[in-house]
Amino acid sequence: MLRHFDEELSALNQEIIKMGSLVEEAIYRSVESLKQQDKKIANAVIADDEKIDELELRLDEMCLDLIARRQPVAADLRFIDTAMKITTDLERMADLAVDIAERMLEIADQPLLKPLIDIPKLAVIAQNMTKGSIDAFVKRDVEIAKRTLQMENEADKLRNAVQDELVNNYIVKDGSTAPRAIPLLLVSRHLERICDHATNICEDVVYMIKGEVVKHHLWKLEQ
Amino acid sequence: MKKITTEDLNLYYGSFHALKGIGMAIEERRITAIIGPSGCGKSTLVRIFNRINDLIEEVRITGKVLIDGRNIYEPDYDLVSLRKSVGMVFQRPNPFPLSIYDNVAFGPRIHRMAGEGDLPGLVEESLKAVNLWGDLKDKLKRSALNIPLEQQQRLCIARLIAVRPDVLLMDEPCSALDPVATLKIEELMTELKKRYTIVIVTHNMQQAARISDETGFMLLGELIEFDRTEKIFTAPSDKRTEEYITGRYG
Repeated sequence: MLRHFDEELSALNQEIIKMGSLVEEAIYRSVESLKQQDKKIANAVIADDEKIDELELRLDEMCLDLIARRQPVAADLRFIDTAMKITTDLERMADLAVDIAERMLEIADQPLLKPLIDIPKLAVIAQNMTKGSIDAFVKRDVEIAKRTLQMENEADKLRNAVQDELVNNYIVKDGSTAPRAIPLLLVSRHLERICDHATNICEDVVYMIKGEVVKHHLWKLEQ
Repeated sequence: MKKITTEDLNLYYGSFHALKGIGMAIEERRITAIIGPSGCGKSTLVRIFNRINDLIEEVRITGKVLIDGRNIYEPDYDLVSLRKSVGMVFQRPNPFPLSIYDNVAFGPRIHRMAGEGDLPGLVEESLKAVNLWGDLKDKLKRSALNIPLEQQQRLCIARLIAVRPDVLLMDEPCSALDPVATLKIEELMTELKKRYTIVIVTHNMQQAARISDETGFMLLGELIEFDRTEKIFTAPSDKRTEEYITGRYG
């Protein structure tokens, strides 16, 4: 039986997809601003964050409205619950893109401390995980979520490598490099946090699809 | 601890196979809700637990229904004690056309559970158990038919409690009540489960979700799924349960 409720859920789904694509774009552009040392792109990321914030508020309202009026259960409930969590994660990811853009602006007028090697690699993982988490949600695909979750370890390793290098090879040896090193160190941290939020989304998507909690119990996915 | 267990339970109305191989275990002092579309057999199932179905002609039952480990369909099972220990509340409150006091005292009198001297105490205790004593203590001689429906339903529950049952079966006990009265009965049920095992048949899925500990979903005479209520309403295992509780069935 087709329900009017399904149309409302479909509208919610569309809004989340829209928010996901805006966040994906914000992360991509923040990384580009850093790679190209382009202040214009960085400023655009910061300015466009408002749209994402507004979308988060609208999605929260839609979810609350559906819970209050429809009293959803089972798959409907899991979908709305996931929607509420995902939007929080997406909004935080967009904020981290803004943070990256801000770090870029902090160092934009100075020469780069060093050629960027691991940060672009970490940025690729962050973008792939963002895309993977949104794809898993859009396609309701546990396998995509699983593959995306597996990328997180590599992100942690790269973040650690960036931090070790900047601290040990630059800040410790020559304190005057700190103003240029710390923003890069923070960028690695922001990128790794983006990966953490993508992980949250993937875990929530698995719960939405299978009704099984894998958060903090990732071994369950292997079963 | 298991209070009621069924094993490969089948019921036929003549040639109509109304319950098909039901196997379930109802825990003691918990609320178990049975949900499902009209005609799925949920009332028939609950009526088996105190053998009210025996009164219907052409009913044939196979399989086992164990209460406290004993099959209630054994030929020598004492029906009077069964109906005393497994009471039933129906859709519409059905107080006897007697006074409030005599409604509650009715069971203890016929079961000779208390002398007339002890009855007032038993009536008071039973009315207190359903939170009616405060409202009715000064009206005990009035007709039970003249109190509000919700109080009538509580009175019917008090009438059962007076004979000290173990199990309360409730077949759509709130369907004749408004939402406020429904909420009051639900609160009462939650209090009563500290002492009694409650099995409720309900069309109201939110009610099942609110008050029950376990839920069974029935369809066309089969028990499709039986699990913790939380599980049924968040992540049911069977697609048919999912379709029914999300309103996609039919």
